[in-house]
Amino acid sequence: MNLTGSITLAHGSGGRAMHQLVDDLIRQTFTNPLLAEGEDQARIPLTELTANGDRLAFTTDSYVVTPLEFPGGNIGTLAINGTVNDLAVGGAKPLYLSCGFIIEEGLALETFARILQAMKLAADEAGVQIVTGDTKVVQRGGADKLFINTAGVGVIPAGFSPSAGSAQAGDVIIVNGWLGDHGVAILNARGDLALDADIETDCAPLNRLTEAMFAVCPDIHCLRDATRGGLATVLNEFAERSGVDFVLKEEYLPIRTPVRGMCEILGLDPLYLANEGKLVAVVPADAAPAVLDAMKHIPEGRDACIIGEAVEGDGHVILQTAFGGERIVDMLPGEQLPRIC
Amino acid sequence: MESCRIRITGLVQGVGFRPNVWRLARTHGIAGTVRNDSAGVLVEAWGDASRLVTFQQVLRADIPPLARIDGVQVEALDAPCPHGDFRIIASESGDIHTGILPDAAICPACRADIFEPHNRRYRYPFTNCTHCGPRLSIVRGIPYDRANTSMAGFTLCPDCQQEYIDPSDRRFHAQPNACAVCGPQLWLEDMTGQRVEPDESERDCIDSASRLLRAGHILAIMGLGGVHLTCDASNERAVAELRRRKRRYQKPLALMARDLAVIQRYCHVSEDEAALLQSKHAPIVLLEETPPNLPLSGEGQEEQSAALLPPLIRGGLGRGFLLGFMLPYTPLHALLLETWETPLVMTSANLTEEPQCISVEETRQRMQGIADYLLLHNRLIVNRVDDAVTRVLTGKPRILRRARGYAPEPLTLPTGFGNTSPLLAMGGELKNTFALVRDGQAILSQHLGDLEDARTWKEYEHTLHLYQQLFEHQPAAIIVDQHPGYRSTQLGQQWAREHALPLIEAQHHHAHVAACMAENNWPLEGGKVLGIVLDGLGYGDDGTIWGGEFLLADYTDYQRLGHFKPTPMPGGTQAILQPWRNTWAHLQNLGWKSVEEQFSSLEMIQHLQQQALATLAVMQERGINSPLTSSCGRLFDAVAAALGFSRNAISYEGQAAIELEAATPPCLLNIVPPYPFLLEQTLSGTWEIDPAPMWYELLKDLQTGYNRAAISAQFHQGLIHVISELAGKLCEEMPEIRAIALSGGVFQNALLFKGLLKTLEGMGLNVLTHSSVPTNDGGLSLGQAAIGAARLLAV
Ligand SMILES: [Fe+3]
Ligand SMILES: [Mg+2]
Ligand SMILES: [Zn+2]
Ligand SMILES: [Zn+2]
Repeated sequence: MNLTGSITLAHGSGGRAMHQLVDDLIRQTFTNPLLAEGEDQARIPLTELTANGDRLAFTTDSYVVTPLEFPGGNIGTLAINGTVNDLAVGGAKPLYLSCGFIIEEGLALETFARILQAMKLAADEAGVQIVTGDTKVVQRGGADKLFINTAGVGVIPAGFSPSAGSAQAGDVIIVNGWLGDHGVAILNARGDLALDADIETDCAPLNRLTEAMFAVCPDIHCLRDATRGGLATVLNEFAERSGVDFVLKEEYLPIRTPVRGMCEILGLDPLYLANEGKLVAVVPADAAPAVLDAMKHIPEGRDACIIGEAVEGDGHVILQTAFGGERIVDMLPGEQLPRIC
Repeated sequence: MESCRIRITGLVQGVGFRPNVWRLARTHGIAGTVRNDSAGVLVEAWGDASRLVTFQQVLRADIPPLARIDGVQVEALDAPCPHGDFRIIASESGDIHTGILPDAAICPACRADIFEPHNRRYRYPFTNCTHCGPRLSIVRGIPYDRANTSMAGFTLCPDCQQEYIDPSDRRFHAQPNACAVCGPQLWLEDMTGQRVEPDESERDCIDSASRLLRAGHILAIMGLGGVHLTCDASNERAVAELRRRKRRYQKPLALMARDLAVIQRYCHVSEDEAALLQSKHAPIVLLEETPPNLPLSGEGQEEQSAALLPPLIRGGLGRGFLLGFMLPYTPLHALLLETWETPLVMTSANLTEEPQCISVEETRQRMQGIADYLLLHNRLIVNRVDDAVTRVLTGKPRILRRARGYAPEPLTLPTGFGNTSPLLAMGGELKNTFALVRDGQAILSQHLGDLEDARTWKEYEHTLHLYQQLFEHQPAAIIVDQHPGYRSTQLGQQWAREHALPLIEAQHHHAHVAACMAENNWPLEGGKVLGIVLDGLGYGDDGTIWGGEFLLADYTDYQRLGHFKPTPMPGGTQAILQPWRNTWAHLQNLGWKSVEEQFSSLEMIQHLQQQALATLAVMQERGINSPLTSSCGRLFDAVAAALGFSRNAISYEGQAAIELEAATPPCLLNIVPPYPFLLEQTLSGTWEIDPAPMWYELLKDLQTGYNRAAISAQFHQGLIHVISELAGKLCEEMPEIRAIALSGGVFQNALLFKGLLKTLEGMGLNVLTHSSVPTNDGGLSLGQAAIGAARLLAV
């Protein structure tokens, strides 16, 4: 397909232009046997599923981001990895994805193709197939360039059941690496913030990592990817649901110097910054060394570390400073508004 | 013979009121009885008509030191005179003794006991009586008797027991009564937990502690409501070391001196200030340090010039500003300071911004690496009660931190609030206090502090539950600040949900005004006031952050008549911590490009140019973490930073503005012209104070090379001028304004407060100011309580 020019309303009209876009560009890029059947629905053999576990995991997420492309990825990588990760942190092996596009007329075809390419790469890397989808084009102003929705199914092996309410006093909190990279990369990519920082998104599939973790510790108590709202928001949810306090050691928190620097200028707290390839695990203390070791053998877990522990309490996240101070890190009610009088 | 029944309400239980009545009755030849009951004290008296009249008079006039009479009702009694002497009737079960008193400073009689070698309490550091000693700090529940305090484990010896049951003894029913035989003990230990025994020359471990202090050591001393870190204030090395270990580099340190005479070597002490220092509250009083090289004018000291403390005591503030002094308020402190001609530093035992330690174990743990020795005791501190902080301005004591000695003494709400249902007001976020309303009174908790701190938060929850129990309080509604991020607001919302109670939201600055009205006894139906709230930050109705407000207010509602021009805070909270950001934001309002060109030679401009201004500009343009605020506090920060005060960072709240005030001699204010401010009415009719012209003059003066004191004085004058101008306009336009209420944290600045008060009063306006609750957020809970009560009464 000729990739000069941009998407027009004709690409969504159901006629030849649309046919071209869907068949020649999207199907071509995502190519796989299930998609190639060309029916209105993907037909997935149940044996494929039951062979992998005893429960189906099913999730969906919509992706909107400005700008569409940023250092280390684009909206397409987010759309694949985000949904893969939502499956993976449930203990599931992600298998199939659906993909819906809402495109604003005027989006450069070349850009769209790049995004599709990135999705294909991400899907291959995660070992999932995009087996069904949908495309709509809306008038200028009807959307912001491109929105993507992906849904995914995966299978959860018997015995894995991490849950936000399962943390126990004595448990150890592990993250798989540097926090806040994605949030800062996006802010920086919005341009003219005139920030001198070279930070890429951390967007990555986490299913290989979670697989390795469950292999050594089927009894992971809580597991989540720390996306919007950052580490602080995930931990608050765990703490509240589990009825324990989490104590984080400030000096253990893995935050890159440039991320710290940018947060300092912008006045943002890195604990609330979005990540796209970071998970938080709460595991029994005796399993922690094995989990950590298993994580470090996977690229996405190379920088894994322990950041704190769960203690008896009533649902607070507490940050212990290097000097022994203890600050409550709570869920933000909305934007970060100063509280100091 | 005639008879009458006298009912006395107020703080009349647990203060030695009944024995006092008993003593007066005997002196005046009255027969009858006195007892506690659910309402207070009930007296039945028989005697000659004239004697009865005198008796009623002395009952009101001659009351025990800790008592407060709120009401006396006398009715005729038709009963035969009982036989025998006047009697105290023991309290029956079912008598309600709700409430608890503030901790009180050692009384003169107990002080005499501990310094009298033949007294059985000679040098006993836990001596107390019904007129003094611990209350709130040791209480666990009600009724207030020994079993419900941390004295529960100490059984009275026969001597103490005799005092306890003898109505003629001032220790009659003194719950914490104790002596060396039966009471709590004090000991000294090193950081490994080893006891340090006194030398042969020393009488006890207090003497040893004193010796160690003289040698320059830092001690953690467990006191009444918390633990202090202490060192010799005249020892520069020790003070420097204490600051380094505590990580408190800048904020001034509180001092304790043996007596008034010692304080007077450093500070001028007015009569009002002396009275405050020596009161039963014994707060820290902020005193003006005697300026350098000025001879003291005190009698017999003409030739002596003011003594000098190491500059480190003052932190970043210059000589001649304020020192925070208190007098020994427990027997332990009195004994420790007995031989000290210089003050001791008495700062809270903690790292900067954390709550101080209260338990032995916690002190041992948290003071590792901070203290050298610990002076500890086994009378548990149940409730942390910090030292109160006060200042006398225009002859009135102003409480800036309402804590030990003041809380939880109830404040009587003004006329019209008598029939309020029980309410709970959750307070603010920083300097938090909360308030209970019941029976027309508001009971404010002691200062609790910053709720972001995890330990303070736990204390907040603990203290909320404790007060509800102590005052048998079950709220019918909960009042919170509107800020969705305040933890107090979130807890209030949660409680309201869980107990299905109405939730009332009070706007931050409306609550400041209402607090000022309430403590000045402004009646519920007293009409409207013009509230001028100069503050740090508070959540505004329109989602922006307010803090320089002119509100037409009564207790139920308010209307925003004017405010300072909203200016971005680049980086949100970061702008509070880094004052230069506010300078830049204000200069941005003026047109940064042209300012930059025109004043390029200014060091301040060059300093700003080295910051990430391009980023801040985009943040502001795009609305990234750059909330708008009309805060007067931020304007102070901006001006202070422009003049070079704590430009890059502050290490305690309000530091830049405090340094600005400290560097401005009050006398300058009368001789400089005010900087101009622009006063404009917006399309909606709201008045806006725009500091742009002020900035232009300030920059020109900086360029001319004027000194900072002169510039600061003109800024202060300008503010006073424009604020009073707007106040005058509004009062003229709106005859419904009956008075002006000044509130908000910025009024802790004495230059601005005194100057504005004088100007407004000079205009013939009736001005209400804070005295018994803080003008800062420590007073918010009272305002919230009044607003909540008024709204419920209006329904
Ligand atoms: Fe305030
Ligand atoms: Mg999701
Ligand atoms: Zn006494
Ligand atoms: Zn005794």
